[in-house]
Formats: sequence, C-alpha cells, structure tokens
Amino acid sequence: MSKNTLYDKVWENHKVTELPNGQDQLFIGLHLIHEVTSPQAFAMLREREIDVAFPERNYATTDHIAPTEAEKRERPLTDGEAEEMLSALERNVSENGITFFGFESGKQGITHVVAPELGLSQPGMTVACGDSHTATHGAFGSIGVGVGTSQIRDILATGCIAADKQKVRRINVEGSLGEGVYAKDIILKIIQELGVDGGVGHVYEYGGPAIKELDMEGRLAVCNMSIEGGARAGYINPDETTYDYLQGREYVPEGEEFEQLKEYWESIRSEEDAEYDDVVTVNVDDIDPLVTWGINPGQVIELSEPIPAPDDFESRTEREAAEQALEHMDLEPGDSMVGYDVDVAFLGTCTNGRVSDFKVAAEILEGHKVADGVRALAVPGSETVRQRCEELGIDETFIEAGFQWRRAGCSMCLAMNDDSLEGDEVCASSSNRNFIGRQGSKEGRTVLMSPAMVAAAAVEGEVTDARHFFDDETPTVTANDVEEVAD
Amino acid sequence: MSDEEQHITEVGGTGVPIPGDDIDTDQILPARFMKEVTFDNMADYLFYDARRGENDEFNDHPLNRFEGANIAVVNKNFGCGSSREHAPQAMMRWGVDGVVGESFAEIFADNCKSLGIPAITASYEEVTDLQEWIEDNPDGGVEIDVETETVSYGDTVIEGEIDDAMKEALIEGIWDTTALMYSNLSKVEATASELPYVKSD
Repeated sequence: MSKNTLYDKVWENHKVTELPNGQDQLFIGLHLIHEVTSPQAFAMLREREIDVAFPERNYATTDHIAPTEAEKRERPLTDGEAEEMLSALERNVSENGITFFGFESGKQGITHVVAPELGLSQPGMTVACGDSHTATHGAFGSIGVGVGTSQIRDILATGCIAADKQKVRRINVEGSLGEGVYAKDIILKIIQELGVDGGVGHVYEYGGPAIKELDMEGRLAVCNMSIEGGARAGYINPDETTYDYLQGREYVPEGEEFEQLKEYWESIRSEEDAEYDDVVTVNVDDIDPLVTWGINPGQVIELSEPIPAPDDFESRTEREAAEQALEHMDLEPGDSMVGYDVDVAFLGTCTNGRVSDFKVAAEILEGHKVADGVRALAVPGSETVRQRCEELGIDETFIEAGFQWRRAGCSMCLAMNDDSLEGDEVCASSSNRNFIGRQGSKEGRTVLMSPAMVAAAAVEGEVTDARHFFDDETPTVTANDVEEVAD
Repeated sequence: MSDEEQHITEVGGTGVPIPGDDIDTDQILPARFMKEVTFDNMADYLFYDARRGENDEFNDHPLNRFEGANIAVVNKNFGCGSSREHAPQAMMRWGVDGVVGESFAEIFADNCKSLGIPAITASYEEVTDLQEWIEDNPDGGVEIDVETETVSYGDTVIEGEIDDAMKEALIEGIWDTTALMYSNLSKVEATASELPYVKSD
C-alpha cells in the first residue's frame, strides 16, 4: 500500500465516503465533456429527472467529430450524424448551465489540450472525462481518469465516481535526452520496457531528472500515454515549472488567491519518505528516437534497433502479437524501420498537438517540401494553439512545405470526421494508438513517433532520423547501421 | 430517481470464444460507428471490421458462427484502449450477459460493472480449454456463478476470480452507482467545500 504519495493525498481529500460495494465515492473537481460519450449520459439523467449536481465544475467542447476544414465547420454540418451529435451536446450544456467552448468561441479543441491551456486543469484536482486520455492532466499533479458513459452519468448526477484506489508505481526516468529526442520518446521507451498492460491496477508517478527537465507540454505528452501502458492515470509532482505555466492563464486566480492555491499545490506533492507499491527505473540517456513497428504501442523500437522477430519474445502473447503485427505492417524481422515508406504524415492530437510540437516540426520543415505523393496534415490540438501558431507565423512554414493547415480536432487519430487513412496507407503519426483500423481504414498502417519525426518523414517520404535535419554534429541512424547489427 | 434493484448472481447460456490478446476497443467497436447519440444500434457494429472479409461479407469470425451466445470467452487484456462504453454496450446488446477472460483492461471492466455484466478471470489454460470446448460444443451450456466465482461447463468447474467491488455490486444489486451515490449528496457538498480550489471559485 502506497503512503504519502500525491495520489494518496489527493485521493484522501476527494474521498466522500466508502460505498457498500467497498469502493470509494470520489469527488471529481473537473469534468470535461465532449460530444461522443456524453449524450447517452445526459439522456439517462433526463430519464431519471435528475439535474446536474455541480454544473460549474463541468466544461464542454467538441473534438472527436469536429471537421478540421474551415469551410466544413459551417452549420448545419454536412455530415448529418456529426451535426446531430454536436446539436445534442449544445442542447445538453445549455439546458444544464455548463460552459461550452464551441467553434465560435475561438477556444474549441481537444478536451485534453483545451483544459490545460486555459488553466482549468490544476494540481491537486481530480479530473475525469469520457475519454481514456484524461491521464494527460496528471502532468499538473492531479488524478486524471478516463471514464465510461455510465460513469459520466454518475458525475453529472452526483459530482462523483465510484472508484477503487490503485497501486502506485514510481517510475524514475534517469538520464538526459539528446538533441532531437523528446517527451514522446520517453513515454514510448517506458511502454517498450513495461509493456501495454504493465500498468494495469497501477497509477504511474513519473519522476527523476529527465522528467524534471521537461516543460509542461512535454509532461502532458508523457502523462497522456499512461493508458497506452495500461495505467489508467499517470502524474508528475507539481513544481516551479508547473506554477510558472499556470500563472496568468484564464481560469487560474491571481495575486493572493494564487499564492493560497500554490500552498495547496505544494502540500499535495509526494513526500520525501513516500512509500510506493513498486519503483522502477528507466534510463533515457542516449536513447534514439522511437517508432512503432506493430499494431500496439508496446511494439516499439529505437531507430537503432532492428525490427524484432516473434521468437525474440519470451511470452506466447507477445510472439503471437508480433506475428500478426509483421503481417499487417508488411515488415521483416531484422530490417530497420528507417526507410519504411509513408503515404500520410499526421501531426496533432491530445498527445502532440500543442504549440511546441508545431514549433519543432516547423524547424524541420523550414526550407523543405513534403515528398511527392505524401498527404500531410497539421491539425492543431485547439483553436488557441492554431491562433498562437499563426501569430508566430508557423502556419506559413507548414503551408509552404506542402502541409494542409487545419482547424482543431481529434482528426485522423481516430477518423471520426472526414480525415481518414485510405486502404493500406502508411501514416507517420504523432498520435497515441496504432491499433488496426484506428485511423479509419482496417488495412491502414500507423507508425507512432514524435512530431519532429513526423515532419522529417513527410519530407523524405519514409521513416527517417529527424536529427539529420538539425546539424551535422548530431548523431543519426541509417538503415544500413541497423541491418548490419542485425546480421 | 428510479430505485430498481437487480441482483445478478448467475448468468449463462451458450458460449462464444473471441480469441486473441490485447483486443482493443477500436476492434470491438470501430470509432466511426460511435457517431450516434444513443447506444441502441451498437450491436450491429460489434467487431464490425473483424467480422467482415472481402466485399464486406461476413467471414468465419466467431460472432458470425455463434449467433445467440450469452457468454463471451476472451484472453488477455481484453478491452484495452479507449474508454468507450460503446464496446461493452455493443456486446450486451448483441446478447452477451457475462465475460470470461484471462484479464481485462480496467476501464472496460469498470464499464462492465456499470452495465451489470459479470467479468470473471481465469488462467490461460482454463480459458483456452473453455474456448476449445465451445468450438466443439457450440450448443453446450456455460454458466458463470457470481457468488462462488466459478464458471461451469460440461463436467468442468473453473475456480475463477471476480473483482470484489464488482461481485458485491452484482450480488447486492447495487451496480447502479448513480442511485447509490446520489443519496450522499450532502456529504459530497461538504467534501467539495473543503477543497481549496473549489473554495476559491
């Protein structure tokens, strides 16, 4: 049993009571709502004639079905099903007095991008959303959990979820990232080492020098993919980086009130003598950029590693999954991922759709063109991100390079709007899931990677080491290096 | 407030094996079918892509061969990925009343609990034996006993495991957590008012 961790403290001060089924009734301080998983919950509430208990603790936006082409955002939406979902959401939030960031607000976007940048997500909160990537908000030192629709109904009706306390695994991330290696590579490395179900039953506390060094956007990317490692929540203890980020944001109080909140934020940090259920160390010193080669996020390698063979894995599960992955991806063990042809480059999502992600990609795109035959999409995580990028002139770099510069939404991460892979296209993607069919085509193939790697892949038309775009000094990996080692 | 109580102590019927580890919710219910404001039609979309082959015709996927089954038998980390309740909703509406598996992703298990679908875990050998038995005995009965945490079929009884909170909720008929928590609303307000960030509003 963990003790004196941030998780223990935040759980304790949000615990309302123990329920007869043995679970805890946990107050949710911030509930984020989107159009796909909420309409059924609002309908259940109406059926039972219950009002929303804490409307001021709920915020809504539209992301999953949001068209990302400006002209397609005119109402009614041309996609009738999407229009019905959006209208239902608008009706539900307006009837219940819930703040809604729609297209007209200029603040619409992916829940997990919008809430942090507006200062809605703060340390020491419990955050829930009908979306598994709610772990993202843990970057501030909160407990963020993804919930199903029945639990959304619970939150709307009672402000609470019924939950079991999890074990806490501390992950010490040692070392320092080299140039061209990012937060995305850290979380992919963690998933490579701990597996896609390694986190089941656990919450991950990320710490150590490599985490400390990350800015807030990097921390958000790390926590975002906790669920890909099987952990329903992941968090980072708040520090000056966190407080600096929060100061001055729209929903963050100022002056005296800020100082008082900061005292609370400091108080919920894990203690020096905190006890964890498990402690592991992951070293990221000198790691190369990582890319997935398979059909789950755990099937991932550093660029310098060859694609593994099924027999390289000890467990039957992993061997079978590797066989299926190699077949789906049309890859051979021992080959390098460097040089794998891509048809689509997709930059965006709740993992990597923030300003710093577009900045780093723009640095690579500057003076280059997207390769012939590659369809390249830049989809800001929110309209706020888009506007900020446009103020910085980043949109111009993308457009000149041959990227389509879009409006905010989940887009091709899960293809619930018009942005979709076709046939067996290969997508270099800054998203979080490479499951079969995830990007809208059941033959489609996804290669997960950092934003820099997506930009580089767009230019080369194949998976490539983005570091060769920076300078001649930065070491890079070629396919020959890898295949020689494999032989 | 409805106050219906539904005790779920046993579920059974014929079985359907859905073999494979790490079967994610994008396979169970592809995202493009979530563009509906109710769960009513979700059964039609269950394993939509996996059930179809060339020309979109039904292939030999187990769901096509075991129509009418009530107990799904799955492997490791079933239901991983997104939080969509659409996945267990689709299974329930297709006819699944209970799931036997090696392990379940957490949110999926939570969603099953919300819907009153018992999810029981057993070892790799026990699960694969059961899957093979169902292939050989498509009309054979498979029963999950929630109280004893067992799965019975043919002459075999598997000693499985059901999460404590799920077991309690199903047996006591208190898996509708809204009703359960709604009665504590004044305590919720007290807890909320103690939180510094709520106070500062």
